[in-house]
Amino acid sequence: MVTPLLAWTTLFAPLAACILITLFFLRSKNLSSLIAIAGIMTSLACCIGMFPQVIHGYNTVDFQQSTTWLTVPGLIIPFGVWINPLSIMMLLIVTGVGSAIFIYSRGYMAEDPSMPRFFAFLSLFAFSMIGIVVANNLIQLFIFWELVGLSSYLLIGFWYQKPSAADAGVKAFVVNRLADFGFLCGILLLWSVSDIGHGRSFVFTDLMPVIAHLDPAILTAVGLLIFCGVVGKSAQVPLHVWLADAMEGPTPVSALIHAATMVAAGVYLLARTFFIFEPSATALSVIAYIGGITALMAATLAIAENDIKRILAYSTLSQLGYMVMALGLAGPMQGMYHLTTHAFFKALLFLAAGSVIYALHHEQNIWKMQGLLKQMPVTGITFLIGTLALCGIFPLSGFWSKDEILALASAHNPLLYWIGTFTSSLTAFYMGRLFWTAFWGKPNAHNGHGAHESPAVMTIPLIVLAILSAIGGFLNIPHFLFPKEAAEPLNISVALISSAAAVLGLSISYVIYSKRPSADPLEAKLGAFYCVLKDKYYFDIVYGWYVDHLQQGFARLLAWLEETFIVRFGVHGVTAVAKASGDIIRHLQTGVVQFYALVFALGAAVLFLAAIKL
Amino acid sequence: MIGLGSYLLLSGIIFAIGIAGVVTSRNALKILLSLELLLAASNLSFVAFSRFNGDYTGQLIVFFVILVAAAEVAIGLAIIVLMYRHFSTIQADELKDLKW
Repeated sequence: MVTPLLAWTTLFAPLAACILITLFFLRSKNLSSLIAIAGIMTSLACCIGMFPQVIHGYNTVDFQQSTTWLTVPGLIIPFGVWINPLSIMMLLIVTGVGSAIFIYSRGYMAEDPSMPRFFAFLSLFAFSMIGIVVANNLIQLFIFWELVGLSSYLLIGFWYQKPSAADAGVKAFVVNRLADFGFLCGILLLWSVSDIGHGRSFVFTDLMPVIAHLDPAILTAVGLLIFCGVVGKSAQVPLHVWLADAMEGPTPVSALIHAATMVAAGVYLLARTFFIFEPSATALSVIAYIGGITALMAATLAIAENDIKRILAYSTLSQLGYMVMALGLAGPMQGMYHLTTHAFFKALLFLAAGSVIYALHHEQNIWKMQGLLKQMPVTGITFLIGTLALCGIFPLSGFWSKDEILALASAHNPLLYWIGTFTSSLTAFYMGRLFWTAFWGKPNAHNGHGAHESPAVMTIPLIVLAILSAIGGFLNIPHFLFPKEAAEPLNISVALISSAAAVLGLSISYVIYSKRPSADPLEAKLGAFYCVLKDKYYFDIVYGWYVDHLQQGFARLLAWLEETFIVRFGVHGVTAVAKASGDIIRHLQTGVVQFYALVFALGAAVLFLAAIKL
Repeated sequence: MIGLGSYLLLSGIIFAIGIAGVVTSRNALKILLSLELLLAASNLSFVAFSRFNGDYTGQLIVFFVILVAAAEVAIGLAIIVLMYRHFSTIQADELKDLKW
């Protein structure tokens, strides 16, 4: 049995930190950061407190407590927490990785004058994200889902003086709104059909027994609509366009929100509501293919990118594609496993990249970095561990989780299996390209007056995350998540093939980049395809064209209609009538006092006559 | 025998003269005088009704009216004096600032 106090404290501690900072400590960098760190650490402590309670309570693993939030006739919206192994795992990721990143931010943002605002936003994000994880019903989840979108927008545009950052924030927000519209429709559709005699409900545990009685066609529609939200939040094709631009935000934000937690919320949502998707083979295969396409496409995009954070962003997209693919292949366990390990190593990679950016005074172009391994050994080695984990090199965490997904794919869908394997060699290639270019070789004049290792407040979180990335495969996470499923033995052939693919990718990149050419030789080798990659498969251009021409054209038509009919005849018509009648009537105001007396007398006479007639 | 009708007729005539004076005069003093005529006419009707109905309420009201009329004349004359000082005229039709 889980202690209710722990569950609720986990949720509200970061909110309390956010409110405290906003109300009292917006001027104090030191106190605001300490309060934010205290808030997230409180949540982390509560999660650690709940962990043994969940893991030992075999019969009553689920803890649910809720209160009524809104009541409208025919509609009750509860507000509650639902703790089960899945959510406690996600909570540990959010608060654990979150704590590391909060501490790191204290160093990274130290020179920024708006640091208290940053920590207030970060705490708001932590609250919203924990809200998604613990929510026990769809409406509550949706509201926190939107709150997460809001905090993501605020943090991407944190340096709002920079137009590119402000634009990126808006882009992320708009793309997510588009997706969330589908999500909301899905929730409402499910709600409207969920009445099988006990009344309608949004609560997951009430919906579970209902699903089996529903029409499969409607379930497919519901599943795909809910998946819309996932496509937006987890940046799957075709709504992936916002994530790379989101790198305009501060690097800790990229690590926490746009790599480890928020973008994984989509995958978590799929796992949490997997009972909705399970009966619909159509919805699942759409999900699997979208995931596979995203994995492959993002990996190819990463090859042509020169900005260290954008490479990592595409890699995040690609790994999210793997997770979504795993869910689509009916493997929530594999998807969540990869989510967990990915949170470790991707947060590590981003924080290490942030350490580099910090040392190089906000230089993000990998072609202006060289030999950083020698100048920044801690950052360099932890980055290497993250890279190897991401590539899936034995025995680091990425190997185990990626292998689970590939084994699942090889059993169910050979096409997706080969896409996955090819993607994993691409992953190794672009990560190798990044590592050899930026960290390998001798430091040179490109690095300016010499980069230095970052302060301990930044390197300690790196080391902690590096340890987790290294040993994450041995923590028995899948068994913890789904205790009832028997552990599958390692699929040796899949493991060998994927390792070979990863080593192949790394070797090719070593051959090309270890001599440290001054510009990317791929540009000449890939020819026309390189241009396609540089233009990101034209998604942005097509969307831009759609917005500029079709949508703006339609908007202009509507604006013209409004201007002509509503404004000219409606609004201006009313004022014209009032003005004209005023023009006529005001001539009665002669200013001659005798005239007024005459009118008054005549009026009195008329009234008198009327009175005696009646 | 002079009846109530005769008094009321006289009162009506005086009232009409007063109205005509207010409407046609340009001189503010004349307007004020005409206003006094209006009040006198109404006073006459009040006392006539009082006398013929044997009810003293009418006479009571007349005292009030005289009182108010005195105050009104005082203020009215003061206004006219100020008007003369300010505009150097007491012609009411020259004060047309409050039109459109």
